[in-house]
Amino acid sequence: MSTAQQTLLAANEASEHRPLIITLFALFVLATLGITIWAGRQTKDAADFYAGGRQFSAFQNGLAVSGDYMSAASFLGIAGAIALFGYDGFLYSIGFLVAWLVALLLVAEPLRNSGRYTMGDVLAYRMRQRPVRTAAGTSTIVVSIFYLLAQMAGAGVLVSLLLGITSDAGKILIVALVGILMIVYVSIGGMKGTTWVQMVKAVLLIGGTLLITFLVLLKFNFNISDLLGTAAENSGKGAAFLEPGLQYGATGTSKLDFISLGIALVLGTAGLPHILIRFYTVPNAKAARKSVNWAIGIIGAFYLMTIALGFGAAALISQDEIIASNPSGNTAAPLLALHLGGVDSAWGAILLATISAVAFATILAVVAGLTLASSSSFAHDIYANVIRKGQASGAEEVRAARWATVFIGVISIGLGALARDLNVAGLVALAFAVAASANLPTILYSLFWKRFTTQGALWSIYGGLIVAVGLVLFSPVVSGDPKAMFPEVDFAWFPLKNPGIISIPFGFLMGWLGTVLSKEEPDVKKYAELEVRSLTGTGAH
Amino acid sequence: MATDAPPPSKEQHKLPSPEEFSEVQESAEFGELRRSYRSFAFPLTVAFIAWYLLYVLLSNYAGGLMGTKLFGNINVAFVLGVAQFVTTFLIAWWYSKHAAAKLDPKAEAIKSRMEGGA
Repeated sequence: MSTAQQTLLAANEASEHRPLIITLFALFVLATLGITIWAGRQTKDAADFYAGGRQFSAFQNGLAVSGDYMSAASFLGIAGAIALFGYDGFLYSIGFLVAWLVALLLVAEPLRNSGRYTMGDVLAYRMRQRPVRTAAGTSTIVVSIFYLLAQMAGAGVLVSLLLGITSDAGKILIVALVGILMIVYVSIGGMKGTTWVQMVKAVLLIGGTLLITFLVLLKFNFNISDLLGTAAENSGKGAAFLEPGLQYGATGTSKLDFISLGIALVLGTAGLPHILIRFYTVPNAKAARKSVNWAIGIIGAFYLMTIALGFGAAALISQDEIIASNPSGNTAAPLLALHLGGVDSAWGAILLATISAVAFATILAVVAGLTLASSSSFAHDIYANVIRKGQASGAEEVRAARWATVFIGVISIGLGALARDLNVAGLVALAFAVAASANLPTILYSLFWKRFTTQGALWSIYGGLIVAVGLVLFSPVVSGDPKAMFPEVDFAWFPLKNPGIISIPFGFLMGWLGTVLSKEEPDVKKYAELEVRSLTGTGAH
Repeated sequence: MATDAPPPSKEQHKLPSPEEFSEVQESAEFGELRRSYRSFAFPLTVAFIAWYLLYVLLSNYAGGLMGTKLFGNINVAFVLGVAQFVTTFLIAWWYSKHAAAKLDPKAEAIKSRMEGGA
């Protein structure tokens, strides 16, 4: 039987059990809507809406941070990248995890101690409020929208595989449905609802991944060497499949791209607004530290299991079948579930449906976190502090945040419909690069550099943002490549797919340059306040 | 300039005056806390980023070494990758231990004095 026929068979098998898949999706949606409505009733003031009342425990928040972080890129993208490129896909797992140490050692606790609701609170603390908050709000929204696009593209891929929807209209409808759900979650449930949705999702994702990992290892009698050997053999690439270089080793440029990606991954996490605002949901900095530790444990265990997922898919499924289902490998994990259960059996279909529902839950929870981050920043940084100059009441802020949610939801439905065929993991890596270039330098300078000024903050945020986004625009991601957004045209004069290696040092450089060239004196008193507060928690909300 | 008080926070913490913050920032006790934090966190950050970059560079430019098989199909690349996980867990544990023993008591003392005393 040819592989094409096998794939067809797999798709048919999935289609026979479509009612089961839809039931599981619907169950998750109903359960989370219930949680959202319950949380919405308890959301009374701004601290509830933005920070879930700051009453979550370190473990609960650690779970929610994990749920916020392990996105479609992690689950579908990494498994797919390993299944197709072997060892090179593993870099994503490592970079995504090591990055947490930057958050733990340098950012989580000072941020919790000195901010209230948004990343902008800390960036603008000792600066002129209006320009810096405008900049922080802008970069928050840009980073979140890049990240949202990836999740939307993931949802499109997944649902078209499972429900057999291949028409453009059908995919756009799915993207719209995800968008409407996220508007409902965030505008009604606020941070409290979003946090619970993320906790439920984290438990489902870890449970599903554990099950698949166990089944893969069982097939190989828990002998990892056998698993790797079979994967290498079945991939048709032999030992090279287990060594670095298959995806990035071809030329000097692609090697540089690998370094650029590596830097963006490790420095991006601590600049992601939707992750940073999660630290405001716990009572104090100690709890923030503990929640990062929980997250490192949970996320680390998950990424270790992606090894089994990716190499398991390579070992048990033919490369042709993986590529036929999705050229970027995004569907390798659900396909693996189907094969583990048995392609022709009900058990296989049940596993496929379960893993797909888990992936769908993953996407919804991350999308809710991103929407909350951007609407909070719009309402708190831009509306309350720039437009209303700090005179808005808490109730007015929350109303603005709810409207911003609807607005951002509509924008991301529109963009998501455009981006529905893009590569999921690559898009997320871009969001990491933008976060590391525009946000991380200003966060670190603000917290640790006495002389840092408003001009430094503005040059760093806008400089990093413009260079990162600009280089992406002129990269092979957008044009001049068969897999690009616009494959027919070619204005890609920047050869790397990830801009991090240029844009991140540039962001740091601009922060320094803007500061040493500024005419204004740094606000020494405000820095004393920020430094003492950030290290001791004095006066923390 | 005691009238120059910051806006009242929603929760009823009494926020010390700017002068008190400047005073504390210059105190020996706070200097000790800052040194204890920075001398631990900064070098460690440089170290783990260097260790991670070394791994990225080896993957790129030392294919022969990375492909060396150690036992069965497990090669150097695989072991180094898993080692990144192990060091991440260890550093998180080590920092948290340091923070609980050396930083938290000092921070706690300054905070309670500033919020309660003034």
